Amino acid sequence: MGTAIEVRDLVVERGRREVLHGITCTIPSGSVTGLLGPSGSGKTTLIRAVVGVQIVKSGEVTVLGRPAGSAPLRSQVGYVTQAPSVYADLSVRENARYFAALLGLGAAEADRAIADVGLADARGQLVGNLSGGQRSRASLACAMIGEPKLLVLDEPTVGQDPVLRADLWARFHELADAGTTLLVSSHVMDEAGRCDRLLLIREGRLIGDDTPAAIRTAAGTDDLEEAFLRLIREREQVTA
Amino acid sequence: MSLGITFATAGRVLRQLRHDRRTVALLIVVPALLLALLYFMYDGAGGTFDRIALVMLGVFPFVIMFLVTSIAMLRERTTGTLERLLTTPLGKIDLLFGYGLAFGLAAAVQGTVATGAAYWLLGLQTSGNAGLVVLIAVVNAVLGVALGLFCSAFARTEFQAVQFLPVVVVPQLLLCGLFVPREQMAGWLEGISNALPLTYAVEALVQVGRSAEATTTMWRDLAIVAGAAVVALVLAAATLRRRTP
Repeated sequence: MGTAIEVRDLVVERGRREVLHGITCTIPSGSVTGLLGPSGSGKTTLIRAVVGVQIVKSGEVTVLGRPAGSAPLRSQVGYVTQAPSVYADLSVRENARYFAALLGLGAAEADRAIADVGLADARGQLVGNLSGGQRSRASLACAMIGEPKLLVLDEPTVGQDPVLRADLWARFHELADAGTTLLVSSHVMDEAGRCDRLLLIREGRLIGDDTPAAIRTAAGTDDLEEAFLRLIREREQVTA
Repeated sequence: MSLGITFATAGRVLRQLRHDRRTVALLIVVPALLLALLYFMYDGAGGTFDRIALVMLGVFPFVIMFLVTSIAMLRERTTGTLERLLTTPLGKIDLLFGYGLAFGLAAAVQGTVATGAAYWLLGLQTSGNAGLVVLIAVVNAVLGVALGLFCSAFARTEFQAVQFLPVVVVPQLLLCGLFVPREQMAGWLEGISNALPLTYAVEALVQVGRSAEATTTMWRDLAIVAGAAVVALVLAAATLRRRTP
């Protein structure tokens, strides 16, 4: 299994405050990696660095063998921002067709992505009239068009009902089995168990980078929330 | 730059507009209604109405498209769609030209309706061809779009964006020769007026009013306005950054 994303000594400042303090990690291709941490821990900043829209202070981010954000990557990386970034004054289908057109693809690919996120029945509706959960699925559909090699999803399952959430995670694993790499951020610990690998981030530092099973074993608990807590305490004792 | 992406973007902007019926109605009806207002204001003074209405046919699309575009672009920034678009194969110029094309087409419809109303319903009389008036109106609208795209980079909120109207548009309107003939202005004011693109749009319209045939001055003025629009689009492209802090 190759490496999809390699982050080395990444330091990022936002608003004259350092928010990532030297992050180093690698993400294998064809896997679902969860980026977990509380709100404000630097998840979105790390994700923005991976898709290449974040100005970084130092360090390197390599995506699919190229510097993050370089032109050839733009048709291979699908990105879903935290707030659903689709046009509220267009229908679901019009949104999907526009994002398909940017990749040189047609209506069939757009319709397939809409069906994949379970919005086939709502495809003619204006995004502005959808519920929050449907809106973020519309945004997800636009990122899934054209089978990108890397899907970077910032909190895609917030506000989804439990059944849909399970469906989405099943879909993520199908994609990963077909070779897509997924980086999914979440602040909900119960989603951590659904990932192949976990990156635990807190206050701009990685405090865990392993499979859920290995993290459970290392922390000596089956509960990932508890394991996260123990990892934090361990670190605080080391630094204290 | 990719033509396919530019056209797809223009199509997307027009589709957004189509879903907003009230905006479409306002875009099409308001200039004609304002011209009717002018008609009744200058009732009985045909020459004055002809002079002012002709200039307004060029000014309305400029002002309206400036405002509409700066808000539209600001929305792209604040809703995150711009950040997302810049992670796709879309080029900055594709986005800006897409906007220019879409609102240029909207302006062509608006200009045709307003010019048609002015000539047929309100009895506007010019020596030159009404088609030239529509052409100048469209080029003016594209100038408004380009300046709107550029200015939206300096606004973080809608409140700030609308404040650029008095900053960018009103001085051009005051100094274009409509209120005081440019030759009668103080030298430094005339100098500023010479540097503002709307001045040339108004001069081109005055030429259409006076001469039966399209004059060289009119074509030169039109080229200046179009050139200013291209410069503003390039400047706007420079303000779009793929990477942000």
